[in-house]
Amino acid sequence: MTFQNKGDIMIHRRKFLISAALWFTGTTSLTRASVISGHMPWSPFPMSPPEFVRPGPWQFFTVDEAVAIEAIVDRIIPADPETPGGKEAGCAVFIDRQLKGPYGSGAGLYNRGPFIKGTKEQGPQSPLTPAELYRKGLAGIDKYCKANLGGKTFAQLSPDQQDDVLKKIESGEAKFEEVDAQGFFSALLKDVPEGFFSDPIHGGNRDMVGWSMIGFPGIRYDYRDWVHRHNERYPHPPVSIAGRADWTPHKA
Amino acid sequence: MARKLPAKDVVIIGLGWTGSILAYELADAGLDVVAIERGPWRNAATDYPPGYAADELRYRIRHKLFLRPEQTTFTFRNKMNQTALPIRSWGAFMPPNGVGGGGVHWNAETWRFLPSDFVARTHLTQRYGASFLPEDMTIQDWGVTYDELEPHYDRFEYLCGTSGQAGNVKGQIIEGGNPFEGPRSRPYPTPPQDQPFSHTLFGKAARDLGYKPFPQPSGNLSHAYQNPLGVRLGPCTYCGFCEWFGCGNYSKASPQTTILPALLRKPNFSARDNSEVMRINVDGSGKRATGVTFVDTDGNEWEQPADLVILSAFTIFNVQLLLLSKIGKPYDPVSNTGVVGRNFTHQTISDVTSFFDPAKFIFNPFIASGAIGMCIDEFNGDNFDHGPHGFVGGGYMGQVQTNGRPIETAPVPPGTPLWGAEWKKAVKENYQSALKPGTGVHGSMYSYRDVYVDLDPTYKDRFGRPLARITMDFHDNEIKQNAFLTDKFAEIFKAMGARQVVKEYRKAPYDVTKYQTTHLCGGAIMGTDPGTSALNRYLQNWDVPNLFVMGASAFPQNAGYNPTGTVAALAFWAADAIRTKYLKNPGQLIDA
Amino acid sequence: MRSVVATVVALAVIAASSGTAVSTGSQDFATVERGRYLADAADCKSCHTVPGSNRPFAGGRPIETPFGTLISPNITPDRDTGIGDWTDDEFDAAVRHGRTRNGAYLYPAMPFPYYARMSRDDVEAIRTYLNTVTAVHSDVRGNQNQLPFPFNIRTAMMAWDRLYFKPGEFQAHTDKSEEWNRGAYLVQGPGHCGACHTPKTVLGGDESSKLLRGYALQGWFAPDITSGQGSLADWSADDIVTYLKTGHNQHAAAAGLMGEVVDLSTSKMHDDDLKAIAVYLKDVSGSARPTGATADPNVLAAGGAIYQDLCSACHAADGKGVPNMFPDLNETATVLASDPTTVLRVILQGAQSVATDKEPTGPAMPAFGWQLNDGQVAAVASYIRDRFGKKASGVTEQQVQKMRSQLAASRN
Repeated sequence: MTFQNKGDIMIHRRKFLISAALWFTGTTSLTRASVISGHMPWSPFPMSPPEFVRPGPWQFFTVDEAVAIEAIVDRIIPADPETPGGKEAGCAVFIDRQLKGPYGSGAGLYNRGPFIKGTKEQGPQSPLTPAELYRKGLAGIDKYCKANLGGKTFAQLSPDQQDDVLKKIESGEAKFEEVDAQGFFSALLKDVPEGFFSDPIHGGNRDMVGWSMIGFPGIRYDYRDWVHRHNERYPHPPVSIAGRADWTPHKA
Repeated sequence: MARKLPAKDVVIIGLGWTGSILAYELADAGLDVVAIERGPWRNAATDYPPGYAADELRYRIRHKLFLRPEQTTFTFRNKMNQTALPIRSWGAFMPPNGVGGGGVHWNAETWRFLPSDFVARTHLTQRYGASFLPEDMTIQDWGVTYDELEPHYDRFEYLCGTSGQAGNVKGQIIEGGNPFEGPRSRPYPTPPQDQPFSHTLFGKAARDLGYKPFPQPSGNLSHAYQNPLGVRLGPCTYCGFCEWFGCGNYSKASPQTTILPALLRKPNFSARDNSEVMRINVDGSGKRATGVTFVDTDGNEWEQPADLVILSAFTIFNVQLLLLSKIGKPYDPVSNTGVVGRNFTHQTISDVTSFFDPAKFIFNPFIASGAIGMCIDEFNGDNFDHGPHGFVGGGYMGQVQTNGRPIETAPVPPGTPLWGAEWKKAVKENYQSALKPGTGVHGSMYSYRDVYVDLDPTYKDRFGRPLARITMDFHDNEIKQNAFLTDKFAEIFKAMGARQVVKEYRKAPYDVTKYQTTHLCGGAIMGTDPGTSALNRYLQNWDVPNLFVMGASAFPQNAGYNPTGTVAALAFWAADAIRTKYLKNPGQLIDA
Repeated sequence: MRSVVATVVALAVIAASSGTAVSTGSQDFATVERGRYLADAADCKSCHTVPGSNRPFAGGRPIETPFGTLISPNITPDRDTGIGDWTDDEFDAAVRHGRTRNGAYLYPAMPFPYYARMSRDDVEAIRTYLNTVTAVHSDVRGNQNQLPFPFNIRTAMMAWDRLYFKPGEFQAHTDKSEEWNRGAYLVQGPGHCGACHTPKTVLGGDESSKLLRGYALQGWFAPDITSGQGSLADWSADDIVTYLKTGHNQHAAAAGLMGEVVDLSTSKMHDDDLKAIAVYLKDVSGSARPTGATADPNVLAAGGAIYQDLCSACHAADGKGVPNMFPDLNETATVLASDPTTVLRVILQGAQSVATDKEPTGPAMPAFGWQLNDGQVAAVASYIRDRFGKKASGVTEQQVQKMRSQLAASRN
């Protein structure tokens, strides 16, 4: 007479209760209709954990576009001795991943026509998705530079020249054929700082440089010990959803 | 081709705050209740735990918890002579979606309206004369008084565990509270939240100027609390990720943290999520609702018959469903007839950004809650003499800054370039020493003849139903009101020691791209005259007596406070009327 | 009046004689109620009911054992597929002696070694109650068990019984109070707490010298509930009562398997019975906690950083949590326990605490397994056990990895 898993005989009537416990709690989903009754639904895992951007090749930008956008983000947020600029901070990577995803395709927005241009107060009415806007915008900026600055692309210009081009786009002086240049610039003014200040899991704010610059502690959740400490600098380093260096034990 | 489900006693459209309150009250009365919610189930541990809730990009910028405009949206125009165009991406307001509704991601600012707010027309006419009010202003008395609602405000505050300092208990004015508030029967259930540095400084400066500042009443609790249903909340930890975000540690009052755990234990209650109600069904006479038709995620249509229908789908969706179901006469602004869609309002919000010496001030703006702040009420409602000023209405104001989230809140002084080295430097220098309250001036918006909701003639939702169309612009009254209030507000920041104070007045035209709270009100208003209201004073539909319509859609005009406290009080008030009057004798409760 | 009485008597007679049971047990209301109460205390419903099926006691619930899957039988009064035509003696033989009506041996998935402590009276009361539940026609007799050879040979249980089955009713200790004895009866008998909380020998029987000192089963650690180890040392008897009644107390919350026990069983018991259980447990002697290796300072430092960033929002910087909501890690038995299984499981995949009528909130701990790697989970688990768990042993990366695989396997 032999037994397998000898230590477990007595208790295996309980094993089903684990799967049953899961069954009990009821499964819901973010998109499927379900009936809820009897208990608060629960599942043992997060329903919608965020996706972490992984380093790797460009997923949206072509090589030329990547060169251009990296140069642009480094002028929108230039490097200085204390804090990296947009490129090193990963703003271009951030925008690349965002444009590849639902933001880029305008997913979730109301995309039915007719598309009629309205007043400023009525909000954007263009059928152009952010992905299309960037494609045309980046093509447009290089085309503009080549036509007006001796055949050079944006990235090939000096920083001062680049700033000058951006200012002209901002003011409306520089126009692109295929797309509203100022509209493209507005998108940049939103997306680049978002890349600088959003959680590093989204691809930018590398090593939390943006947060360190201003002293923002990140995803910390408990400030009860600090509410009363008025006019005192908060000393703890920032934390991302992906953690911080101190989460990993240092080797002795 | 809808398949018919077994009948229920009650069907509730939308499981947000009012849906949850009504569901609990009616299930508690022994009725068989089903709630149908367009969006998904969600709760703290699985959907917004502390490990990933504080994601500014995902929730604040990409609006992850909110309705997707693709699912449904509205069209918008300022004036009747314009073509309304779709709101393709949210801006001015953020419609909720999902179990808990806006209660999941609100700031939990929990106010009561003033007694005079409920009798606005009578009161203002008496004090200032009828000609003081603009001719096209359509404000009305509500049909219910503050005193009638007081026990229901109390119920909501004790349900939530609201943290605050009472200012008027049974007529006795209490130091440290709001001296202007209507009398309450007892103090708040928990003490006020602690105030961080800048909020405390504002309170001090306001006091020095002769005002009576008080802590904002907060549904982010100062202490752990167990409510009368036995449900517990934890203490708020001032994480600074409140509005737009779910609360990760059970410390923000929401249907999930106050009602649903007790409600779901009732065997006579069930809910369906991810199911969108298409219309309320009405019998041949047009005077009796027979239930609703809804669509699930497979695209199947279902009919849910019920004896009593509670419409609690949020302001504009309430109005849209009434119009689509052909219940009540649609409002026509030209002939000034009809009731469904009239008296639509929002809020008149402005802000003051101030810059302090970074060498002297460290504000730690990321330490905050959603309903933090010291406020003053001297300029709300009719708390001051409007005679010399030529406008009516007002609002509270306060340093109510809820966050230091860097994408949203990294102020730079005017004149700073919007990008480049100087911008970066200015952001860095000012982050810790600048203040941006957000909805710092929180003013009323009164109702006007040409501000209303109807159905759009062109644009449709994914089911082919017409979208609701909003026609809205600011009127001179609100612009004047806001200028006056903003100036007063700025003075306090000056008195705090700001070296630069930047006023951002609210200006016409109303801009649907700029966020101005989600306090949309009206469109299916309550009142005493069925010629100018859709509901009677119990929120019962005048035309269809077995239909009650909850929410701020019932407000004949909006006051100078966040609406949720009043929305919930009205829900308890209506539930009480249903339990004590309607169920005993179903039918129209008021002879009009 | 007389005709009414006659009618009532006649009806009672009809009811008694046409009942689906052949027992001669009393059908009076008091016995049925007592039987229902004892069935709740013995938690019969949880094993003998398919969850969500609305057919209580109809059996059919798969029970996984290392020998294969057993199906719980139908114990409703149905005469064909339930136990409606069993005699009281046959019912008693099953519950207290581990033998089915044809003499076959029951596998100890049915906790008859514990139910053996019950009195015949109590078992008959349970029978009487079971006779009143809705009869369900559902054929889930033993031939549906999926036990491979040689485990389908029930006679093997004969040897096991000789080793581990000690029949005999509970004998009161004359030197102890009535309350103590009632508690001992409930714990050793219907409550069958030792089924999970007592360590097992290699053959799966109870280690009789270590009663209630804790046991790991399927990804949970049922902690030491004696008075000795420090787990319940700081708990008052009232704390235990509140925990069993509501699933929560100022120190901790019941979740998972124990949450189910609270939900279906202990929350339905009378306060004085729960008090008796508490009084008894506070008197069961335990042993000093076995010492284990503390994690190294670097690991503890990392754990402290994770704790501050992720855990303190609910459990507070000092581990004290919020009474009746977020467990006080300084007083939570599974944090203090020598075996870190529950701590690891809860960190990796979260847990929903039980909701009861008195405590409906049922707060849930979120899952962190997607966010932390094995080394980080080990660090934070070691930190809380060291700092709050009164220097309980550290946790290694390997232990975390094993727990992860175990959880993944049990889902598939």
